[in-house]
Amino acid sequence: MGEYSSINPRIGVYVCHCGTNISSTVDVENVRDWAIQHLSKNGVVVSRDYKFMCSSLGQEIIEKDIKEYGLERVVVAACSPHLHEKTFRTASEKAGLNPYLTEMTSIREQVSWVHTDKKVATEKAKYLIAGTVERIKYNESLEKFNVPIDPNTLVVGGGIAGIQAALEIANAGFHVYLVEREPSIGGHMSQFDKTFPTLDCSACILTPRMVEAGTNPNITLLTWSEVVNVTGFVGNFNVSIKKKARYINENLCTGCGICWEKCPKKVIDEIFEAGLGYRKAVYTPFAQSVPKYPVIDHENCTFFQKGTCKACEKFCPTGSIDFEQEDEVLNITVGNVILATGYDLFDARKVSNYGYGRLPNVFTSMEFERLSNASGPTGGEITLRDGKTRPKTVGIIHCVGSRDKNFNNYCSTICCMQSLKFSHLVKERTGADVYEFYIDMRTAAKSYDEFYQRVLEEGTLFVRGKVAEVSDAAREPHEIGKLIIQVEDTLIGKQRRIPVDMVVLSIGMEPRYDAKEIGKLFGISCSSDGWFMERHPKLDPISTMTEGIYIAGSATGPKDIPASVSQGAAAAARVLDKILQKEVELEPIRASVDETICSGCRLCNNLCPFNVIFFIEDLSITRVNPALCQGCGTCVAACPAGAISGTGFSNQQIFAQIDGLLMDI
Amino acid sequence: MNEYILYPGCSMEGSAKAYNDSLNMIKGILGIKLNEIDDWNCCGATEYVGLNLIPAYSLIARNLALAASQFPANSTVVAPCSACYLNLEKADYYMAERPSLGTKVNEALDAGGLHYTPGSVQIRHLLDVIINDVGLDAIKNKVKKPLSGLRVAPYLGCMVPRPDYQRRWSDFEQPTELDDVLKALGADVIEFPLKTSCCGGHMTQIGPETAYELIRRLVSTALEHKAHIMVTVCPMCQMNLDAYQSEANRYFGTNYHMPIVFFTQLMALAFGKNPSESGFGMELTSAKDALAHISSEVLPNTPNVQNKSEGLPMPSARLRKKPGK
Amino acid sequence: MTSSAVTEQLGAGLRKHEDLTLLHEVSIATAGVSHLEMCIQCGSCGGSCPSAADMDHTPRMIFAMLRAGMRDDILRSNTPWVCVSCYHCVVRCPQLVHIPDVMYTLKGMAISANLFKDSNAPDFAQSFVGFVENFGRSFEFGLASRHYLKHYPLRLPGMANMGLGMLTSNRMNMLPKRIKNIEQLKLILSKAKTLELTS
Repeated sequence: MGEYSSINPRIGVYVCHCGTNISSTVDVENVRDWAIQHLSKNGVVVSRDYKFMCSSLGQEIIEKDIKEYGLERVVVAACSPHLHEKTFRTASEKAGLNPYLTEMTSIREQVSWVHTDKKVATEKAKYLIAGTVERIKYNESLEKFNVPIDPNTLVVGGGIAGIQAALEIANAGFHVYLVEREPSIGGHMSQFDKTFPTLDCSACILTPRMVEAGTNPNITLLTWSEVVNVTGFVGNFNVSIKKKARYINENLCTGCGICWEKCPKKVIDEIFEAGLGYRKAVYTPFAQSVPKYPVIDHENCTFFQKGTCKACEKFCPTGSIDFEQEDEVLNITVGNVILATGYDLFDARKVSNYGYGRLPNVFTSMEFERLSNASGPTGGEITLRDGKTRPKTVGIIHCVGSRDKNFNNYCSTICCMQSLKFSHLVKERTGADVYEFYIDMRTAAKSYDEFYQRVLEEGTLFVRGKVAEVSDAAREPHEIGKLIIQVEDTLIGKQRRIPVDMVVLSIGMEPRYDAKEIGKLFGISCSSDGWFMERHPKLDPISTMTEGIYIAGSATGPKDIPASVSQGAAAAARVLDKILQKEVELEPIRASVDETICSGCRLCNNLCPFNVIFFIEDLSITRVNPALCQGCGTCVAACPAGAISGTGFSNQQIFAQIDGLLMDI
Repeated sequence: MNEYILYPGCSMEGSAKAYNDSLNMIKGILGIKLNEIDDWNCCGATEYVGLNLIPAYSLIARNLALAASQFPANSTVVAPCSACYLNLEKADYYMAERPSLGTKVNEALDAGGLHYTPGSVQIRHLLDVIINDVGLDAIKNKVKKPLSGLRVAPYLGCMVPRPDYQRRWSDFEQPTELDDVLKALGADVIEFPLKTSCCGGHMTQIGPETAYELIRRLVSTALEHKAHIMVTVCPMCQMNLDAYQSEANRYFGTNYHMPIVFFTQLMALAFGKNPSESGFGMELTSAKDALAHISSEVLPNTPNVQNKSEGLPMPSARLRKKPGK
Repeated sequence: MTSSAVTEQLGAGLRKHEDLTLLHEVSIATAGVSHLEMCIQCGSCGGSCPSAADMDHTPRMIFAMLRAGMRDDILRSNTPWVCVSCYHCVVRCPQLVHIPDVMYTLKGMAISANLFKDSNAPDFAQSFVGFVENFGRSFEFGLASRHYLKHYPLRLPGMANMGLGMLTSNRMNMLPKRIKNIEQLKLILSKAKTLELTS
């Protein structure tokens, strides 16, 4: 049953009422009758209608007919294939018919939902069904094929989401490569002082996980490393990882710290200290770094730039400094990849009316985190830019660079809670007066609104108004020497000028500056805002349109720590699911190149949105990777020689469908 | 020689005569040729626009239509006055952004035998043209008598950097264009935080108390920063801060004396013209004492009133280098 | 179901509410695309305004009142007349509302409705307009003398110094200038006054 024959195959047509969704506009009985009368010369041997084809009874009708009438093709005229193609294909399979010989025609989304004229709608339904009937003759039996899954996993990004994912998979007994671009894992969470709403010390809850990740026998930690190339497909990815030269011999280094103590070159630490503190040219980002080995920043190291110094080498007790060390490239194979690359912060200099960068005592939220952190540049003292003076009044501004069509349209989710946390810390450490300037208070998760209540109790003054400007131009004597926050207190309806000593800007979260490049490397797309795009925003937030690549954490959009951890765990569960199945089944709808026709012109090579077309030099032909091909049809359309055909979208099928659509009904 | 279409604006022959005279002095030196639109009419300032949408924009568009018909395609209209510049830019931009407006305005223009297709001319402010087309280096080369010793407060005003639909200016709040030109002339430019704060516009006539307060803020802040003179690009700003300064003083019981002149005047001075040729002497708040500060020696710049504090590092001036790149 | 299908089905019950009408009216009469309906009441505008202290209502309040359909209160408010057109609000507005242009529209509506009595601002505007429409250029001397004579006669002596200063330094012309083709301008303006934007 089911192979193309020179006479018309036996086709069954089923017209669904979809309750009244279709039948109120399309005359379904008429269509049913027309199909058997008009299309029997095209192969239709049975035509039925039913209220709900997708129901079990509806499916049973199809199954029964396949057996009784010896059907070789099934056409179901109903809703969109997105919804029920799988349903009907499975039903056909149960009855012994190859599932790829069953097709759907959408007469709901494409007809009854967009037309009101019944006559026109009924006619259009007929044309569409005729098209499918003609095309389906050229459908072939296809088999899904299985691909084995390599049990290794790659996790890119050593922040809290990546660490969570890595630990889950490792603890289940499978091996993980954890790649991190900075010298230590930990991510942004390692920069914070306290976390909301529990006010847990961030390092205290993070470092045990970091140590676990660093010592777990199933995790290969590759820090100061970046992914440079990815080829392959789900179950079988070939990944090249560049291990940047640390210039430290990890086998000898004990992490004693003498090298960075003796290093004479101080550099502003733009990354970990958010530009607020210094590090040396040889450094570990923070005291609890995992791994403990430092790196030498060769752009700032005196030896690399000028050829002198080498103080670290002189003083190192174990001789682990190695200036000759080179970058290494590690090639690995993994079955699945989890991208947990995290976020960057909005550049507050863009909002020039807040004066960040021009007025010394305007700080960003990350700078404030470093101020309040006990291992930060001021040892946990909240001070002004001079490093000494305690502020007496602090203003915290919400929504900087977020919810703003001039910058980023979206809400960064965590800034309201973060601002409340800052307010609490300021009150606790300095007793200063605190003002918070908000548009809305977004404290919507577990224990969040209770935290807002707590901060209200502590006496923070809330002003509802988006701050217009922060200025040092005083108008009255009492404003001299202060930063003046000018805002409309919208609940009173008056403009206020509030003099403060220190301003903290709650800046928004943004995708990593190279998120698009990373996405391209792995073959996934980013949304218009630049975040990694999930397969389905509601029902599948951690997988992507590319099989085998998963996303987790704030790389997919602004979120707090509990959500990042949940997503890391969810991605890990999905990967474990695949690993345990040992094989993955792939849909056979994909393009293939007829090598006898391909002339090697390579026009298609750069068109593939999934980068799965490759050129065989010595044979001078192009091939499509069947496992990764998503069947989009771009190359099929582009090939000037017509050498590429897509199963399910062959030229024959398309021309036949056009003939059917133009049929005289 | 760069050629431009000139839209002078009503004030150039009146209250901003100093602007006109000094511009005529320097345009040859800068290599700019300005061809006036024949029979241009008033742009409507902020008065006409507030009455009725289509007549207002038709009034403005007549000028654009004349410019487009009198000169080759895609020429640049230069307006020295900020309000004129903004009105012309807005008319051109809105007629494109909202086609129904464009159609109605053209219907009105048609009654006078004119037509304007939005985008037919480029509209730029005089300062924009001087900085970007002539260039700071060229300006520096023409300086014969650097203005060392003169502490200037660059006051760009509000209508030039905002709303800036064509994004020609560096920043809405703290743009550096005027500062750069003045530095090129050798002046000691202070960091003036209110450089784009409003002077009050026509409020000096219809709501004086509001205007006096705005004038007071500007003048007192400039004095606080120890400026000798304020420099502007807009006739309205100049008139408000110059002519109404005594009114403001009377209202507040203050005794401010802060002269305000046009940037072209300082340019003319720096290029070697004498004060009278550069339009000085017409201002009501005399600039004579301020000009006396100009010395022939190159003096070190006096430190700004506000010191950047020692201690924790400030965010670096350029966008931070991206990590890893 | 398409939106037109929905409207058909709901029929006569779905009339535009009074509130939406005022918003819609102001939106159409404003230059460019006003984005009025996008206001989230954040207060950036009221916070930026240099003359907010002198306003009856902050710009943000005006938009809230527009939504509530409070036509009279808005047209009696001095807010549009105290607006200095500095454009600080519009560049900071996170929803890109064309605030100064809305203020211009409200000025026009207030004059037509003859509701704003508290200031000589409408009158000043009309004097200005009178000169421009008759001469094609603004006439500062005429405008200033007319305005002060009519509204601030007592201030005239104090202003005399300034006026004299402007005249002697040649910064103010005693006679108005006229453009050559004033007839053309008049034709254009009278046609323009008959036109109206409906979308």
